[in-house]
Amino acid sequence: MLLPRYTRQPLIPDPGFVLYIDARRLVLLTIFIQQLVNGLSLGSIYALIALGYTMVYGIVKLINFAHGEILMVGAYTAYYVLRTVGASPLGLALAFAAAMIVCGITGITIERFAYRPLRSSPRLNSLITAIAMSLILQNGVRVLPFAGPNPRQFPTMDTIMVPFGAVSVSNIQIIVITVSIVLMLILNYIINWTKTGKAMRAVSFDMQAASLMGISVNRIIAFTFALGSVLAAAGGILYATAYPQIEPTMGAMPGLKAFVAAVLGGIGSVPGAMLGGYILGVAETMTKGFLSSQFADAISFSILILILLVKPTGIMGQKTRVKV
Amino acid sequence: MKRITLSILAVAAAVCVVLAFGACSGSESDTIKIGGLYPLSGPVAVYGVEAKNGVELAIEEINTAGGIDGKMVSLIAEDDEGNPEKTVNAYKKLTAKDGVKMIIGSLTSGCTQAITSLAQAQKVVVVAPAATMASITDAGDYIFRVCFIDPFQGTVGAKFSAENLGKKRAAVLYDVGNDYSVGLYENFKIAFEAAGGTMVAEESYNTGDKDFNAQLTKIKNADPDVVYLPDYYSTVALIARQLRAQGITVPIVGADGWGGITENAGDEVLNGFYSDHYAADSTDAKVIEFVSKYKTKYSATPTAFAALGYDAMYVIKDAIVAAGTTDIAKVRDAINATSGSYVTGNLTFDAKRNPTKSAVMLEIVKKDGALTPVYKATVNP
Amino acid sequence: MMPERKLSNLILLAVLAVVIVFVPALLISVGVLDAYTAQILTIAGINAMMAISVNVICGLTGQLSLGQAGFMAIGAYVCIWLAQTVGVPLPFAIFVSGIVAAFSGFLIGFPTLKLSGDYLAIVTLGFGEILRVIFVNFKSFTGGANGKRFTTILAARADYAWIVIIGSLVLVVVFLQNFFRSTYGRAILSVREDEIAARSNGINAFKYKMAGFVIAAFIAGIAGGLYAPFIGFIKPDLASFNRSIEYLIYSVLGGLGSVTGSILAAYILTYLQEFLRFLQDYRLLFYPVILILVMLFRPQGMLGTREVSFVGIWNRLKTLRREANEQKN
Repeated sequence: MLLPRYTRQPLIPDPGFVLYIDARRLVLLTIFIQQLVNGLSLGSIYALIALGYTMVYGIVKLINFAHGEILMVGAYTAYYVLRTVGASPLGLALAFAAAMIVCGITGITIERFAYRPLRSSPRLNSLITAIAMSLILQNGVRVLPFAGPNPRQFPTMDTIMVPFGAVSVSNIQIIVITVSIVLMLILNYIINWTKTGKAMRAVSFDMQAASLMGISVNRIIAFTFALGSVLAAAGGILYATAYPQIEPTMGAMPGLKAFVAAVLGGIGSVPGAMLGGYILGVAETMTKGFLSSQFADAISFSILILILLVKPTGIMGQKTRVKV
Repeated sequence: MKRITLSILAVAAAVCVVLAFGACSGSESDTIKIGGLYPLSGPVAVYGVEAKNGVELAIEEINTAGGIDGKMVSLIAEDDEGNPEKTVNAYKKLTAKDGVKMIIGSLTSGCTQAITSLAQAQKVVVVAPAATMASITDAGDYIFRVCFIDPFQGTVGAKFSAENLGKKRAAVLYDVGNDYSVGLYENFKIAFEAAGGTMVAEESYNTGDKDFNAQLTKIKNADPDVVYLPDYYSTVALIARQLRAQGITVPIVGADGWGGITENAGDEVLNGFYSDHYAADSTDAKVIEFVSKYKTKYSATPTAFAALGYDAMYVIKDAIVAAGTTDIAKVRDAINATSGSYVTGNLTFDAKRNPTKSAVMLEIVKKDGALTPVYKATVNP
Repeated sequence: MMPERKLSNLILLAVLAVVIVFVPALLISVGVLDAYTAQILTIAGINAMMAISVNVICGLTGQLSLGQAGFMAIGAYVCIWLAQTVGVPLPFAIFVSGIVAAFSGFLIGFPTLKLSGDYLAIVTLGFGEILRVIFVNFKSFTGGANGKRFTTILAARADYAWIVIIGSLVLVVVFLQNFFRSTYGRAILSVREDEIAARSNGINAFKYKMAGFVIAAFIAGIAGGLYAPFIGFIKPDLASFNRSIEYLIYSVLGGLGSVTGSILAAYILTYLQEFLRFLQDYRLLFYPVILILVMLFRPQGMLGTREVSFVGIWNRLKTLRREANEQKN
């Protein structure tokens, strides 16, 4: 039964211009910030891996499909180290060192034997080789008798939730974010303030001119691959720490998503990769949290397609002119 | 002249190779050949290998005891990589080339579905050890299975949560890309609501996802008193970790896919229960004997898949003995009339060739510092 | 070098086509070729068709597309839907599923063919995965992750299956051979060789790239429409990246740019898969290693851009016979 309008009085006087937060909105805000933290943590990992992609692409114009697998190799190396030494902070540091060394060597070897001979071939060939390389790494680890296809639990420390007001962050998330930022700062220093970094930038700008300037192009390319692999190793360990289960195919999806992140930020641009990684991580988590968890993957790829259609050079990329 | 001879020889060689494939292998009538289809490589290889081990253990015992009516049993196992297309290929190889008429396999529901119509049309008996999708035995009367079906398992989980644990508000987190997970979730929901409970949250994820925090936050906010996680142990281990980290302390319930979780997870799966085909620590004499023999041969505790493979072989063996012949129609009828006690319980087949048997609920507890599943309850159909 | 368009050549090819399509079917129905061999040979036929689809877009049009399996899945699901739900007769359903796949190729190609090389590869890969997610989630249409069962006469009668599948393969090959010798085909090939030079000659590169893409999608759709009734069961991961890669491997091994090379490679590799069962998990290492070796040492694959010319073989045999006769005298 509808009451006539003049008898309906608001229970609380309408404040008009003031935006007030009620209990439900507070919960929503808390959830939002919680998901944001989740997204930043995931995004840090994507950023680390995206950096490897973008550096390699910037220098040799090759999408290194095998990069995701290097992540996996790093995680497995760390697994064996941690299993022997134990999941203490010292063990973790040792694991980082070991994984970085192993992955660096793997990256250099792959470049030397699979990519270097094809540097002057059409791009299609290099791309196919990269795909084949990723399959070799994946299945190679799979058939190794001490590895095997079964997932293994990654030794990790106990999760402690650290409350920040209404939001709680896990210690693992804090570690992931801080370690990623530290590594990115180190990378930034290497690229912008060392001679090798300058050489890297020169080679990515114009390979032939750089070699005319006396830069050993092969050595710089090998160094770039090594650097990218080291970052991927760190990314792999952080990923395994956050989601403590390793298996031979664990690198495929994060690798692909990190590639999307690199393209999003502008492939070839280092700050772009970092930005892209964070944006993608947050977008993915927000989709899963607020839209639909089933379509999260599809939406990540749709972001890629959209970016490529609207601004193919990415957020921070530069337009390259093709000369005949 | 030489060129012509060479080219003729080449053509002849090619034809010979093709026909060699076509040559039927001579079937010896003094061995009974059992065909096996398992994923021995691929994502679910670990289960396939266990099922095959169970079958081989059974065959070894049968042969040591003199075979079936004096004939030795041999297993021709093919790998289908968990891919239905390869299952069809392997099936055709077994039936056309090796001439088998009885097949134990395949493992996953999808792969088994791929061959049921073919087997029915060609009158080949298929005993599926662990395929739980309900529609598999619909293909015809030559298709059997020795495990319970998804509707039953989902119902078991629901009944256990509602009656044994006394819970009223359930949340589910399932894998939308996995037929097993979806089937369990749907049946759990029906049975739980029928028992008077309410579903407060129904969240999903994709196969291969690692991060469930978003969905778990939503579940936490819905305040359930039990969470149903119908998926394989590797994913559940990850979910459980994040679930406990978010502060959800209520019991978690699962299904037979949890087998093996105690070796792959930590304390986060305590206060966890799952339905299974059998309990390795059961005091039943048959189970104890089976477990010890399996441990001796394979140095590992058998999981439900191994037990089911073992039972499938014994069901076939008992049927052949009862029928007195390897004539397929009679063997089929004998299987249908099976009534006996096996490792995974008492087995009789209903009108749809599904076994009527009970499920056991296992609880994950900490014994001597290590996680073990222990028997908690039996839920009857 | 193309053989001359003589009537005798055409008759030779027609006879060969009839022999390939009907004789083995006869052998199968009689029982000389057992069901297992027939299965492998027929599945290899479908693989060959998919390899040809990849070849059309990657080898002949020069655009790296990693999502052909997605079109195959579209074709398969549409075929099942048409035949089961709508009740259309099977041959018609197969053809229409090819058309639907071609149309979706048109839609997908529109925004993406403007991209170059590496980006196109990733975008098509993304499309394949998006399709897979869509198939998993639209349960009412696709049966979801459970997959869909579709038993037809093709699954039961191996000889019918042979005629239909190999017949379609022959038709596709004939169509392609004629197409790529026409002006349209040559325009597409020129875009592959040097897009900028082609454009400066007045060829609308986008239009011809799109033509190649749509044809490739059509062939993939037909292959999917044949796959579904033959295997009798499909799951959404038919659209996955792994399958696309598998077909890409066949195509690369045979030689990107050679239709007959793809067929050859598909047959050899499908057989090898069965032969190498004893390798078990090592089999998974086998393919990518071969692929890398091919890329490093013989990047043009088995046949490069050349085709197997039956007329050429016939002529060579005739010359051999003539030489033999001369030697005898």
